[in-house]
Amino acid sequence: MLFHAFLIKYAEIAIKGKNRYLFEDALVKQMRLALEPVEGEFQVIKEQGRVYVLCPEKYDFDEAVEALQRVFGIVGISPVVIYEDQGLEQMKKDVLSYMQARYPDFSGSFKVYTRRAKKSYPVPSMEVSAELGGVILDAFPKASVDVHNPELTLSVEIREKIYVYSETIPGPGGMPVGTNGKAMLLLSGGIDSPVAGYMIAKRGVKIDAVYFHAPPYTSDRAKQKVVDLAGLVARYSGPIRLHVVNFTDIQLYIYDQCPHEELTIIMRRYMMRIAEHFAKESGCLGLITGESIGQVASQTLQSLAATNEVCTLPVYRPVIGFDKQEIVEISRKINTFETSIQPFEDCCTIFVAKHPVTKPNLNVIHRSEKKLDEKIDQLMKEALESTEIIEIK
Amino acid sequence: MEVYFDNSATTRCYESVKDIVVKTMTEDYGNPSAMHRKGVEAEQYVKNAAKTIAGILKVQEKEILFTSGGTESNNLALIGGALANKRSGNHIVTTAVEHAAVSQPAAFLQEQGFEVTYLPVDREGRVKLEALEAVLRPDTILVSVMYVNNEVGSVMPMEEIGKLVHEKSPKALFHADAIQAFGKYRIFPKKAGIDLLSVSGHKIHGPKGAGFLYISEKAKVQPLILGGGQQNGMRSGTDNVPGIAGLGIAAEESYQNLEEKNEHLYSLKERIAGGLSEIENIKINGMPLREGAPHILSISVMGVRSEVLLHALEDRDIYISAGSACSSHKRKPSAVLTAMGMPKEQIESTVRLSFSEENTEEEANYFLQAMKELVPVLRRYSRR
Repeated sequence: MLFHAFLIKYAEIAIKGKNRYLFEDALVKQMRLALEPVEGEFQVIKEQGRVYVLCPEKYDFDEAVEALQRVFGIVGISPVVIYEDQGLEQMKKDVLSYMQARYPDFSGSFKVYTRRAKKSYPVPSMEVSAELGGVILDAFPKASVDVHNPELTLSVEIREKIYVYSETIPGPGGMPVGTNGKAMLLLSGGIDSPVAGYMIAKRGVKIDAVYFHAPPYTSDRAKQKVVDLAGLVARYSGPIRLHVVNFTDIQLYIYDQCPHEELTIIMRRYMMRIAEHFAKESGCLGLITGESIGQVASQTLQSLAATNEVCTLPVYRPVIGFDKQEIVEISRKINTFETSIQPFEDCCTIFVAKHPVTKPNLNVIHRSEKKLDEKIDQLMKEALESTEIIEIK
Repeated sequence: MEVYFDNSATTRCYESVKDIVVKTMTEDYGNPSAMHRKGVEAEQYVKNAAKTIAGILKVQEKEILFTSGGTESNNLALIGGALANKRSGNHIVTTAVEHAAVSQPAAFLQEQGFEVTYLPVDREGRVKLEALEAVLRPDTILVSVMYVNNEVGSVMPMEEIGKLVHEKSPKALFHADAIQAFGKYRIFPKKAGIDLLSVSGHKIHGPKGAGFLYISEKAKVQPLILGGGQQNGMRSGTDNVPGIAGLGIAAEESYQNLEEKNEHLYSLKERIAGGLSEIENIKINGMPLREGAPHILSISVMGVRSEVLLHALEDRDIYISAGSACSSHKRKPSAVLTAMGMPKEQIESTVRLSFSEENTEEEANYFLQAMKELVPVLRRYSRR
């Protein structure tokens, strides 16, 4: 069956008053972005409290639906068949042909729900529903009407043309990206951070990202992997500006000056400082990490407190209470898992001590960081200045 | 300066190879199986390549089977060789240091019910003849040994192996994986008792996606790719004319002035080994320099992880291989180096340099200079 349009359903409860149009505008924008790579001209239109996608004459249905299923804010996608308005008699024939084509042996319970967007239509909605229901009952002797709990709801919207639909494909939910500001994701190349980015983007937050590159200890392939992961997250979040920071000199300096078991914690504190610098520079309102309590030494409550201490922006950790398996499930769903598990070194693992501190004492860490006073400002400056920016679409 | 010391991974095409590849793609692009003149023209390139290669090996043209490269040649030799001869026996012998293109088909045959024996090697990476002699049986149907090991450049005593195999296991085929040896050694299968011999084009400045398997006319091999019956039914599929033509040219050119080129490679190898001896604690692996393959030098820079060294050199436009490396993640330590009895710390610090006739002394000096600067710095920063 050829569908001419999609009716987009979104969560309306959450949005009231003035926010509504902001929400809808952002939704329309994200839908257009998502549909761009799909072949054919799709029109996204907003009218009378509905968002529609008008489809071109020829298009790949599955591809279009998949693209829409990645747009946060969409709760449901209903494929619509559009008929010309040529009076009620013709409408009956059209609806019947829809039913025959879509549900040739229909034998369950159903109801017809009519909505007149065009109020000037001469027949009241209830009457239209009753007329159409009668036609269907005549044609499908085993079918029955149930207005309370039908197996099938056939929706008919009367506008300039007649819109008919009966199914809803689930969307991803959430809020359209762009309705809740922007945050900076610390993207490592592992399993957790892309999932964290996805989860925050789902709440309508636009994402920028920062990655710490440590050549020659991490390879160009490791960097490419992060670029690829950012691309996969961007399928949901929209374009991502990725900051690639050359972290080698800072890392080696810490290695030279500080006790080895504190290396990871101190390194992460500097990563947070750098991430926050770029976050503030680009108007981000928070940082996002893929940390989960107790997963590694640097993610104990004490370690999290130690890294958190250097930030003034809030740090969002959407997978903080998730088990690894739960995170893996989401990463499979959003298709980042296979890329995440490619075995390239990341700069967190390269100098890991055999027995890193798991309960860092802040006073001790402060004292160790004092040992960096001589050169760290200069090294930070160099790292910030040499940062490469990659626009991920 | 760009220094490419990874010629055992792949080489740059000769200009003459590029020219014939372009010509057979754009002008003489016919299908050699076609009946018309365009087809006959194309077929001529295939025949010429077979003739060139047969001349080098001193075998018959019909004994040359073109394939998609080394991996396919090895697969066909192992699987095709075993399947065609399974009525004569069930036993296969190979070594612990083979390339995956041999060891994986061997593992597959094992799953299919063949009995596979893996021969150990000595510290230099050479297969032990006594060990071979001890395992050969009347029901051994296939013995597969690499001519030159790709990771450390050790050279196997192929003639002695050939002799032993045919004495003790008269029904066995002797397969030589000569992918790292062809173009460096004059190989005469009939003299060495080799029944099957695998070669890859892109290791000798030819195109990727082309190689051959020499199949002695006496050897029975079951074809694995079935279809239109090309190459006497031994390997169906339209002949890869550009690849085959390029392979023929590459084979010819790589054997021109062979002794001179090998001398050049050995002197590069010696220069580098000599220079590296000035840096403390770098180990040279494999056979004595002049006894190993001319183009492969395996070194262990103790205290520096191979991947880190590779990327540090890459930063200076020097390209080497650390394929044998073991990373902290899932990759396994090299089976070859493990079989040579190398300790784990050394395996993690082992890299391979592989040269071609195009490399120069100047490049060797540039590499040595880079090593002298980098190694002390890299050694300072390591996992404690």
